[in-house]
Amino acid sequence: MTTSSEDVLLQMGEVRYKKGDGTLYVMNERIAWMVEHRDTVTVAHKFADIKMQKISPEGKPKIQLQVVLHDGNSSTFHFVNRNGLQAQLADRDKVKELLQQLLPNFRRKVDKDLEEKNRIFTENPALLQLYKDLVITQVLNSEEFWSTHAKEYKQKNTVKKQDIGVSGAFLADIKPQTDGCNGLKYNLTADIIHCIFKTYPAVKRKHQDNVPNKMTEQEFWTKFFQSHYFHRDRITAGTKDMFAECGKIDDQNMKNAVQTGPQNSLLNIKDFEDVPLEEGFCSVNGDKVVPNSGNIVHQNMIKRFNQHSIMVLNTCTESKPTPDTLQAAKQQALANKELDDSGKSPPKKRKIVDKIFYEDLGEPHVDLNEPLRVMNGKEVCNDKLNLTKVERYLHGPMNNTNMDTYEDLKDLEEVQFTIHADTESWSQRTSHKALVSVTAAVNALGELSPGGALMRGFQDQSLDQLVPPDFEKELKNLYLALSGLLKQFWECFPPTKPELEAKAARMHEALKRFKMAKLQPFEDRALTELSPLGSSLTLHLNHLLQRASTKFATWQERKNRHHR
Amino acid sequence: MKLSVDGLLVYFPYEYIYPEQYAYMIDLKKTLDAKGHCLLEMPSGTGKTATLLSLTVAYMLEYPDSIRKIIYCSRTVPEIEKVIAELKNLMNYYEIHAPTHAPLTGLVLSSRKNMCVHPDVSKEREGKSVDGKCYGLTASYVRDKHELDAEVPVCQYYEGFSIEGKEMKIPDGIYSLDDMKEFGRTRNWCPYFTARYAIVYAQIVVYSYHYLLDPKIAEVVSKEMNKESVIIFDEAHNIDNVCIDSMSVKINKRVIERSTAALNELQSTVKSMRDADINKLNEEYQRMVQGLKEARLRADTDMVLANPVLPKDILKEVVPGNIRTADHFISFLRRLIEYIKTRLRIQHVVQESPAGFLKDISQKICIERKPLRFCAERLASLLRTLEITEMNDYGALILITHFATLVSTYTKGFTIIIEPFDDKTPTVANPILHFRCLDSSIAMNPIFSRFQSVVITSGTLSPMSMYPKILDFDPVVMSSFTMTLARPCLLPMIVAKGNDQVAISSKFETREDTAVIRNYGQLLVEIAKTVPDGIVCFFTSYLYLESVVAAWYDQGIVDTLLRYKLLFIETQDNAETSYALMNYVKACDCGRGAVLLAVARGKVSEGVDFDHHYGRAVLMFGIPYVYTQSRILKARLEYLRDSFQIRENDFLTFDAMRHAAQCVGRALRGKTDYGIMIFADKRFSRADKRSRLPKWIQEHLVDNHCNLSTEEAIQMSRRWLRRMAQPFTREDQLGVSLLTLDQLEKIERDKQAEKKKNAARIEGNGTEELN
Repeated sequence: MTTSSEDVLLQMGEVRYKKGDGTLYVMNERIAWMVEHRDTVTVAHKFADIKMQKISPEGKPKIQLQVVLHDGNSSTFHFVNRNGLQAQLADRDKVKELLQQLLPNFRRKVDKDLEEKNRIFTENPALLQLYKDLVITQVLNSEEFWSTHAKEYKQKNTVKKQDIGVSGAFLADIKPQTDGCNGLKYNLTADIIHCIFKTYPAVKRKHQDNVPNKMTEQEFWTKFFQSHYFHRDRITAGTKDMFAECGKIDDQNMKNAVQTGPQNSLLNIKDFEDVPLEEGFCSVNGDKVVPNSGNIVHQNMIKRFNQHSIMVLNTCTESKPTPDTLQAAKQQALANKELDDSGKSPPKKRKIVDKIFYEDLGEPHVDLNEPLRVMNGKEVCNDKLNLTKVERYLHGPMNNTNMDTYEDLKDLEEVQFTIHADTESWSQRTSHKALVSVTAAVNALGELSPGGALMRGFQDQSLDQLVPPDFEKELKNLYLALSGLLKQFWECFPPTKPELEAKAARMHEALKRFKMAKLQPFEDRALTELSPLGSSLTLHLNHLLQRASTKFATWQERKNRHHR
Repeated sequence: MKLSVDGLLVYFPYEYIYPEQYAYMIDLKKTLDAKGHCLLEMPSGTGKTATLLSLTVAYMLEYPDSIRKIIYCSRTVPEIEKVIAELKNLMNYYEIHAPTHAPLTGLVLSSRKNMCVHPDVSKEREGKSVDGKCYGLTASYVRDKHELDAEVPVCQYYEGFSIEGKEMKIPDGIYSLDDMKEFGRTRNWCPYFTARYAIVYAQIVVYSYHYLLDPKIAEVVSKEMNKESVIIFDEAHNIDNVCIDSMSVKINKRVIERSTAALNELQSTVKSMRDADINKLNEEYQRMVQGLKEARLRADTDMVLANPVLPKDILKEVVPGNIRTADHFISFLRRLIEYIKTRLRIQHVVQESPAGFLKDISQKICIERKPLRFCAERLASLLRTLEITEMNDYGALILITHFATLVSTYTKGFTIIIEPFDDKTPTVANPILHFRCLDSSIAMNPIFSRFQSVVITSGTLSPMSMYPKILDFDPVVMSSFTMTLARPCLLPMIVAKGNDQVAISSKFETREDTAVIRNYGQLLVEIAKTVPDGIVCFFTSYLYLESVVAAWYDQGIVDTLLRYKLLFIETQDNAETSYALMNYVKACDCGRGAVLLAVARGKVSEGVDFDHHYGRAVLMFGIPYVYTQSRILKARLEYLRDSFQIRENDFLTFDAMRHAAQCVGRALRGKTDYGIMIFADKRFSRADKRSRLPKWIQEHLVDNHCNLSTEEAIQMSRRWLRRMAQPFTREDQLGVSLLTLDQLEKIERDKQAEKKKNAARIEGNGTEELN
C-alpha cells in the first residue's frame, strides 16, 4: 500500500501494536505501522485525520504513544526497545517530536469548523431540521444560514459555561486517603481545582508561573498539599515553601482591605467610641493594650478562617451581582443624584434611618425635603405595579379582528371606525367589578360553547384526531422554518441602510423560494390526503407569507415612488 | 398619632403604638412630675428612643418652666446618630401636625475626630492626634501669635467661628453630625466649637456618656448645663463601669518613660523661656500667689482636659508655695516620677489604700498631700504659660499629675494595686500600677444631685434592684416592661447537655474537656444546618474562644461547619474585626449565611445589632463571668460587700447575666423580627441565674425549654422556625401588640371605669364599716 513516492522520515523498530511487534514509519503525509517481516501496512493514518497525540505519563512502566483520530478512534503504539526504559523513552520522544512538527501542517482548518457545526446540530435537532428545510431545499445557501439563523448558537458556544459556586468547605472536601503504603492520596477534581483558583488567585498565579515549565501538574499539587498554606494550623514553613509567598500576598491584600475599613459606619468598631482620652485613663481606649494570650498558633488560625471565609465570599461577589449589590447599585444611583458632598453620607443616613424604622409602627416622618426620605429603603423598594394603561391590564387586549389587512387604506378607515365604536363603549365601563351582567356572561359562554352561535363552523373532532402525526410534524417543521425566515425578514424593517435593503430583498426571495419549494408541495399533499381540512391547515402560514409580501410590495412601491 | 398620656398631649411620630411604649410613657411622666430619677427596662427593639424623645419633648413644650433641657447620653457613635435620626423624625412630625410649637434646637456633640472639617486635621485617623493638631491651631496664644505674624497657621474654621459664631445662635432645627459639618462648611464655622457653644442654649443635646460622667471632660464641656434638665442614659446597663473607668488611672513602664521624656522637654522649655522672656514666668507666679482662678480668663480652646476630680472636691485655695515657681514644680514632679518608678520595681503584688500611699510618699520623699492635690492644675497652668502646642507629647505627664491629684483627694472608694507582671505571662516583667475607683456612685453622685431628673434605661437592666445600690440613688419609678407579642417571636432555650448526655458548661473544671467542646461544636453545627441566614455565637472570653476554635479545628467541626455556612471570628484587632463583620453582613445579605463567633463583653457584643437576617439565632456558650482572679475585681467586690452589703456572688452573677442578656438581646430588634436564643450551659437553668434574666426573656423561657439536649433544641427550633416563616402582617398584631389611637383610648377608658368601680366599692365598704 505504500507508494514509493513517499519519503520515510523516520523508521522506528521494536514498536508493538495490538500485541504484535513491528516497525513504525513516519512519512510525509501519514504514519504507518508494519508487522515484522511483512510487507503490508497494517495501520496507516493520514496526518490530516489525526486529531492529537497522547503519551503515557511519566513513571508508568509502559512507554506508549497514542494517536487520536478525528472520528474518535485511536491507535496505541507501545515502544519496546530491548535496551531498556531509557531507550524506549528516547524512541518515543523521537516519534513524538517529529509528529509534533508535522501534525500542525496538516491540521485542516475547515475540519474544526465542520466539527463545530456538527456538534451544534447534534445538540440542537431543531436547528438541524431548519437546516434541512432551508439549505438543502436551496431556499438559503449554507453561508447565509450560518450567519443569520445559527448565529446565537455559535456565539453561545464561545461563551464560557456557567460559573460554579464555591462551597465554604471545599478544602475540607478534599479528603486525603491512604494509598496503602504510608502515603496520602488527595483526589482532585476539576471543580475543586477551579474552586481553589477562584478563591486563592495567588495560587492560580503560582500555577500559571510554574506548571508547564518548572514542574508537572502533579508536583504542583503535591507541594500545595504539603504547604502550610493548606494546613491552617501550621505557622510558617521556612522560605523554601513556594506557597509562603502566596500567604504573604493574601495577608497583604487583607491588610489593605482592613485599612480601608468598612463603608458602613454602623459596623466600624474602631469608630464606635467617642472618648478623646489617652491611654492610661482606664477608658475604653486605654484598655486596648491587648493582653496577648501568647498562643500565636491559635490566633493565626483564626485569622486564616476569617481570611478563607472572606475570600470564598469574594468569589461570589466579584463575578456576578448579588441581590444586594443590585440594590446597592440602585442606592448608589440615587445617592449620586441626591447629594454629593461627602460621597458616602447618604447610604449612611439611609442605614441609620433603616435602623430606626419599625415597619409595624408605620412610616417614619423623616425629612420631606431631604435626601433621607427618598433614601428610606422601604420606599425605594416598594415598586408598585406601574401601569400606564390600567384599562388594558384589567381587561386584556382589545380584540382586533382586522389585524391582517389593515395596511390597506380602506381597512385603516375601518379600524378607525371600530376604535371609535370602542371608545364610545368605554365610558360605560365605570366599575371594574361589574363588567358584564351575570346573565350576559352565561349567554356569552353558551354562544362560545360548541353548538353556540359563534361556534357554528366547529367540528366535534379536534385537530389532532384529524391530522395524522406525520403531517403534524411536517407542519411543525414548516412553521419553524418559516418563522425563522420571517424573523430575518422583519428584522430588515425599517430598512435604513443599503445593506438592510439588500437583505430585505434577499429574504423576500428566500420566502418566495420557500413557498415554492416547501409550502406548495405540502399544500398539494394535504389537499389530496386530508380533503376535509384541505387548505385550512396552511391558512395561517399563507397569511404570514402574504403579510410579508404585502409589506415588501408596499415598501418597494414607496421606494420607487421616491426615486421617481 | 396624638395621644394623651395622663393629661399630657404627646405627639408620637407613628400611626401605631406598642402597648409597652404607652406604659413606658406613663412611668416616665410620673418621674418627670415628681422631679426625681427613674430606672426603666424595656426590651430592645420596642422603640425605646422614640418613646423617650416624644414624651420628654412633649413635656418640655408643655411645661417649659419645669424642664428646660434634655440631655440624651448614649454609648456609641452609631447609637448617637440613631437618636438624632429619631429626633429628626419626631420634629418633622411636629412640623406637620403642630406647626406652631415653640422652636427647638437639638444637636449632637462628638469628639473633634468626628466633627472636624479642617482639610488637614480631619485626615488624621486617631482621635488623639486630631485633638493635638486642633489644639496646635486654635490655642489662644497660637492665635495671638497669628495676630503678629500671619505666617503662623491657624484654623480658618475656628477663626470664622470666633468672629461671628459666638454672638449668633445656630438656626433652630435638629443637627446630626453630618448636618453640623455641612453647616460648619457653609458658614465657615468650626462645627466642633459651634456645637460646644450651642449645647449651652440648645434644648436637646445628644452626646456620649463621657461628656457628662468623666469629670476631666465634663468640667470643660458640660459645666454650664441647666439644673432643670432631664438626663437620659440610654443603654445604661454598663453605666457603673463607665463611672469607674472615668476616675481610674493605670500607669505602666511606658507611661513613666514618656513622662520622664516630657519632663525633660518641659525643663528645657522653661529654661529657654527664662532666657527669652522672664516676665511671663513671673506673671504666672504672681497669679499663683494671688490665687487667681484662671478659669474665667482662659479661652475655651486652651483646655483639653480639666481637673480629674469632681468639681466639689477641688480645693478653693492658693497653690502652695513649694510648687509655685516653674523650677520647683518640675523638680517636684521629677521626685514624684522617681518615687512611682521605685514603687513599680517590685517582685510581688502590692495592694494599698490611698491613705497608705500618701503616708508612704511623705515618709520616703517628703511630698505632702496638699501640693499633690494641686498637681494637675499646676501642670495645666504651666503648659499654658509655656505655650506648648504639641499636647500629644505631654499626655503621659498629664496622666501622672492626674493620678497625683486623684490619690490625694480621695481616700475612700479607691485602691492602689501594683502588679509586677501580667497573670497570664508571669515570666515577663511588666509592672503596672492600677489606681482604681471602686465605687461607681462617686462619679454618678454629682449628676443625681445636680440635675432634676435622671432617667436610666436599657433593654437589659435586670436585676434592677442592683443599680440603685451600686449607683447610690433613690429612684422614683423602677419598672421593667415586657414585650407584648402577637406571636412568640423569640425562642429562648437552655441547652444543658449534648446528644451524648454529657452536661455542657463552661465552668472552670470542665471547660477544657473535649466532650464539652465537642458538644458545643455539634450544637453549633446542628444549628447551622437548621437556621437560615446569620448565626451569632458568644464565648465567655477571648482566650476560651481561641482554644475552642483550635479544638474544633482538630475535631473537624470547623470543616463540617463550613459546609453549611461561612465562618467569621472576632479578633482582638478592631480593624480586622470590623472587616470580618462587614463580610459577615455581606454573606448574610447575599443569602449565603454565616456564623460569627464573638466574645461577650467584646466590642461586637456591645455595639453591633444583629437584627433580622443578620442574627436568626444567638448562642451563648457558657456564662460570661468576669475573670474572677483579677485583683481589681476582688478589691471591688470587697468594697461592695463592705459598703453596700452586696454579696460577691450576687454581684458576679448579676454582672454575668447582664452581659449574657446583652449578648442574646442583640438578635431581636423589633416585633417583626424573630430570633432563637440559646443559653448553652447547664448552670443557666438554676433559679438564681434564670431569675436574673430580663423579664421579657424570662417570660418566654418556659420550664420545658430549660434542660434540653442538642437534639431536642433542634427539634424545637425547626418547629418554631416553620411557624415564624409564615407571613406576619400588621393586622395580626393590631389590638394585641400594636394599638391604634382608638384602641388605646378604649383601653384607657376601661381602666378608668374599673378604677372608679373599685374606688366606689372601697368607699362603699368604708361606709358600711362606719355604720
